[in-house]
Amino acid sequence: MADEVLRAPLVLEYPFTRTTGAVIGAFLTGLREGVVLGVRRSDGSVMCPPLEYDPITSESLSELVPVSTTGTVETWTWNGAPRPQQPFSRPFAWAMITLDGADTPLLHGVLVDGPDQMRTGMRVELEWRPQREGHITDIAGFLPATESASGSPGAVPAGVEEVRSVRTPIRMEYTYTPGRALSQYLRAMKDRRILGDQCPETGQVFVPPRGVSSIAGKATLPDLVELPDTGYIESFNITRVPIKMRPDLTPPYVSAWIVLDGASVGFMGLGMNVEPEDVRVGMRVRAVWKPDDELEMSAQNILGWEPTGEPDEVIDDYSRVGRPQDAGGS
Amino acid sequence: MTVGSQRAAVLGVGQTKYDTTYPGSMAGMLREAATNALEMSALGWDDIDAVIMGKAPDFFEGVMMPEVYLAEALGCVGKPIMRVHTAGSVGGSTACVATSMIQSGLHERVLTIGWEKQSESNAMWALSLPQPFATSVNAGAGGYFSPIIRRYMMMTQAPELIGCMVALKDRRHALANPYAHLHQPDLTFEQVVESPMLWDPIRYSETCPSSDGACALVLGSETVAEAHVGPVAWIKGTAMRSESGSFGGRNMVSPAASEACANDVFTQAGIHDRRKEIDAVEMYVPFSWYEPMWLESLGFAEKGEGWRMVESGATSIDGGDLPVNCSGGVLSSNPIGASGMIRFGEAALQVMGLAGDHQVDGAKTAVGHAYGGAAQYYAMWVVGSEK
Amino acid sequence: MRDVAVVAFAQRQEPRIDTESEVEFMVPLMNKAKDAVGLTQQEIGFTCSGSSDFLAGQAFSFVMTIDGTGPVPPISESHVEQDGAWALYEAWVKLQCGEVDTALVYSYGKSSPGSLRDVLATQMDPYYVAPLWPDAFAIEAMAARLLLERGVVSEQQLAEIASRSRAHAASNPHAIRTTPKSAAEILAEDYAVAPLRPSDLPASADGGAVVVLAAGDRARGLCERPAWIRGIDHRSDAHTLGVRDLTRSMSARIAAEKAGVGTDRIDIAELHAPFSTSEAVLSTALGLGDDTVINPSGGAQAAHTMMASGLIRIGEAAQRISRGEADRAVATAASGPCLQQNLVAVLEGE
Repeated sequence: MADEVLRAPLVLEYPFTRTTGAVIGAFLTGLREGVVLGVRRSDGSVMCPPLEYDPITSESLSELVPVSTTGTVETWTWNGAPRPQQPFSRPFAWAMITLDGADTPLLHGVLVDGPDQMRTGMRVELEWRPQREGHITDIAGFLPATESASGSPGAVPAGVEEVRSVRTPIRMEYTYTPGRALSQYLRAMKDRRILGDQCPETGQVFVPPRGVSSIAGKATLPDLVELPDTGYIESFNITRVPIKMRPDLTPPYVSAWIVLDGASVGFMGLGMNVEPEDVRVGMRVRAVWKPDDELEMSAQNILGWEPTGEPDEVIDDYSRVGRPQDAGGS
Repeated sequence: MTVGSQRAAVLGVGQTKYDTTYPGSMAGMLREAATNALEMSALGWDDIDAVIMGKAPDFFEGVMMPEVYLAEALGCVGKPIMRVHTAGSVGGSTACVATSMIQSGLHERVLTIGWEKQSESNAMWALSLPQPFATSVNAGAGGYFSPIIRRYMMMTQAPELIGCMVALKDRRHALANPYAHLHQPDLTFEQVVESPMLWDPIRYSETCPSSDGACALVLGSETVAEAHVGPVAWIKGTAMRSESGSFGGRNMVSPAASEACANDVFTQAGIHDRRKEIDAVEMYVPFSWYEPMWLESLGFAEKGEGWRMVESGATSIDGGDLPVNCSGGVLSSNPIGASGMIRFGEAALQVMGLAGDHQVDGAKTAVGHAYGGAAQYYAMWVVGSEK
Repeated sequence: MRDVAVVAFAQRQEPRIDTESEVEFMVPLMNKAKDAVGLTQQEIGFTCSGSSDFLAGQAFSFVMTIDGTGPVPPISESHVEQDGAWALYEAWVKLQCGEVDTALVYSYGKSSPGSLRDVLATQMDPYYVAPLWPDAFAIEAMAARLLLERGVVSEQQLAEIASRSRAHAASNPHAIRTTPKSAAEILAEDYAVAPLRPSDLPASADGGAVVVLAAGDRARGLCERPAWIRGIDHRSDAHTLGVRDLTRSMSARIAAEKAGVGTDRIDIAELHAPFSTSEAVLSTALGLGDDTVINPSGGAQAAHTMMASGLIRIGEAAQRISRGEADRAVATAASGPCLQQNLVAVLEGE
C-alpha cells in the first residue's frame, strides 16, 4: 500500500509537584526571599546550588551559606533558537556561573545580544524575577555585570515560611506512528472493517493486530484476515466510580474482554445498551459503530459493544481465555 | 546452589514510612531507606561495592533514568550503578539482579533499593498515558484484574466475601508494622464489605493505596555474612519468569510464568512440601482476591482450594499455619517500584527474627514474591535462617 | 570467572523508522541472531533487554517488545531502563553464576518521534536544572568549550575525529553519516552549538541491536571464532556538572583499569562517543595509543541509536574479532550527561 504513513501527535504533560526536603527547600526559600544560598562541604568549600549529600563523600550537608549575586562565567554556549520553557524567549547563552563566595558553578541563562558578547571569565550579575515563588526560575537569568555590581551576599532568611514543595511542569511532544500491522487495521477501520493478523505457526488470530506473534516469536503473516464485528464477552469489569480523566464515561459502566468470532484472544471494549447487572460471561455482542460520516482511521469508530440476544457462548475452562486453536467462527 | 554460584545473604533491610506523600526530596527518601539498611548491616557507604536500583515507569516522577541523577547521593562516584525496570515485579527482580552480583563472585557487598515517589504525579495518569488511534476504557489496574478475579470466583464458586476477609487480615497485620501506609485500627469486616464497589467485584477497601516510599537491602557474600554480628537471611533461591500477556489459551488465573517461577525457586531452595516447610509468605497482593489465587498458583493450596485456606484463617498471623503478608502487604502500602522489594525484605526480616511486632514465631524459611504487567512478570526468592 | 563470549550480533539503524513499531523491527533482528547460532528462544538460558519509556513516550514500553522473543512458554527474563550494554552486563553476570550457558540481549530506541535533545533534559537534576530545559547538545557544548579553552584538545583535532568517523562510516552499511569530509571542510562548518559543529554532533537514528552470549565450550560450539569478554566493568561519575572535571572521564578510566584495557595492545576501540569531544576524552581515559584504530564502524557520531549505541559498540567490536579482522578490542557504552557513566569491555579472539 503506497499510503502515507499514519501519524498522530502525542503530548505528555503533567504539573509534577516535588517535595523538597530541608536543603533544597532552604535554597528555594532563599530565592523567593531574594537571597542565593550555597552549602558548606566538609573541606570548607561551598557548593551552589546546594545539595543535601556531598557528591564525593556522601555525607549529609546542612550548613547554608549566603553567596553573592555576581559571579564569573566558567563556560558557555549560544542558544540561537530558544525552546519553550527555557529562561529566555530570544536567543541567549547557556552558562555555568560561579557566584562569588561559591566554589562550584550553577547552570543558567545569560541574556546578551550575540555570542560575540560572551567569553569565559566574564562577570555577570543575577536578575531576579519580580514575582517569586521558590523556584529555580525565580532567577530570571543573568546579565553582564555592571561596573557597580557588588552583589554582596544577603543573609539566610529567618522567620519566613519555608518552601516545602515546588512545581516543575513537564510537557513533551511526540509524533506517534502505529507500525505496519496496526496501520492496516486503522485504515480498514475507516471502512467499517475489522482486521486481525495471524501467527505463522499456530494460526492464532490477534485483534487488534500486533505485527508479531508472541507464541512463535516471529512476524505475523503479511496478509491480514477480516473478522465480523460480532463476538462474545469472556469476562468483564464494572466500574462504579467516576474517573476524573473520563467525564464522558458515566458509572456504572462495563469494560469487557471481547473475543470476536474468528479471533483467538480478546481486547477490552465498552459495554453498551445493557444494564451492568445483565452482563454475563459468555454473552454474545456486536459492535456499535459511529455513523458513517464520522468514521476515521481509529479504533474509536466503535463506540461500544451491545448484546445481540443470541444464546451465550459456552465456556468450559474459566481459567483460560480466548481460543487456542485456529478459530473458524462461533 | 549450583556450581559456580556463591552464597549470598541479606544483612540489612531499611525502609521509609510509606505514606501518600514522602515529605522530603527524592534523594532524601532513598537515603533514609539506605541508611536504615546500612545501620542494620553495620556497614558504611564506603563498604558498598555497587548499587542496583529498581523502580517502575519514570513518568511517575518525571525524571528520565533517575539513577543518573541519584548516583552521587547513593555514593556511586567511582562505583557501578544499574537500574532495573520490570513493571510491578521490579522490586523483586531488582533484588534478584543484586543477588546475582554476589552469587557471581563479582562483588562482596551490594546495596539494592526499590522506590517510587508517585505523589509527584498521579498514579492513574501515569498508568494510563494516552495512546493515539486507540480506545481506552480507563479502567486502570483494578479494571484490568477484576475480570480475572470474576473468572476465579466463577471457577471456584468461592463465597463472595473471601476478598473482604483478605483485606481485613492484611490491614490488621499492618497495625503491627510501623512502616505500613494504611493503619486502620477501627476497620471492621462490615466496613470492608460496605465500602464502595470500585471495579466490581473489587471494593475500595480491597484495593491497594498509592504510596511514596523506598525499601533498601544490603546483600553480602558468605564471607561478609559470616563476619556480621547479628542475624542474616541466607538467599536459598531466586527466580524470574516472564510470558506474553495475551494469547489464545492463556491461563489468566494461574499464569504459566507464575507456576514456572515458583517451581524453579522452590527446587533451588530444596522445598518439597511448600505449605509445611515455609513459615511466612510475603506475596504481592494488590487486590484482595489475589491472595487465594496466588496461594493456588504458587502451590500452597490445591487448585480451586485457595479460598478455603483464606476462610480457615490459615494465612493470618493469629493462629494460621502459613501467615501471608504479616507486614500488611501491598494492600497496606504500595509504592509501586518498591513493593516487590518490600516483599523480599519483609521475608528476610522474618527469618532474621527482626520483624518486630509482626514477627512469625520461630520463622526459619520465608518467601518473597512479586508480579507485574498483565500478570506476566514474576520474581521470587526463598530466604532461610540457616545456610 | 567463566569465559563468556559474544557469538552473534545483529543491528539495524536508520534515520527514521516510521512504518514499523519497535517490536516489528526488532523481531527480524532477534531471529537473525538466534538463527546465526541455531538457538531457539526456549533453548536460551536468560534474556535481558534495555530501552527507555521516556524515549518512547509510553510507560512500560518494553512490554510489547518482549512478545518478540516468543515468551510462550515462559522465559527467564529481565529488563534495564538503560542502554543495552547494561543489559549485556546483567546477562554476563547471570552467566557467571553458572546456572545458564546462553543469553539473549537486545535493546532499541526511536529518537525520531520526540525531540531527543529535550527528552534528555529530563535526566538532569529535577529541582535545579531540568526546569530550565537545557538541551543535551548545549550541555555537551559547554563541556567542549572547557576542553578547548584548557588546551586538552584543539578544534583541528575535533575536526579530524569527525572526519575519520565519516571516512570509516563509508564502509558501514548501518551508518547514517557516511559522506566523506576533510577536517578542513569540517572546520569551515558554522557552529551548530558553539563550539560544536554539525559534524561534531551525533547522527540520530532509530533502530536496535541483538547480541547472543554463550559461556565456555557452548560458545565454541555455536560460533567459529567467539569474541571472548576478557573484562567488563562500569562506573559512574558525579551527576552535578559543577562538581566534575568535565575535561577527563574518571569513570571511564576506572572502568578501563578494572576491565584490563592496559594489559595488552588494543587493535580496535569502538567508543560510545556521540560527540567528537567524547571521543577525545574517552581515548585519553582509556590510554589508547596511535596503534589502535578508533571506531572502525564510524562510531556513534555516524549513527546514534539512543539506548542501543553502547550495545552496538560491543557488537561491532565482537564482529570484527569473529571475522578475524582484530584480535583484541575495547568497546564502551556511556549514559548520562557528558559521559557521566561508562561501561568498558575488553574482547579477544581465542
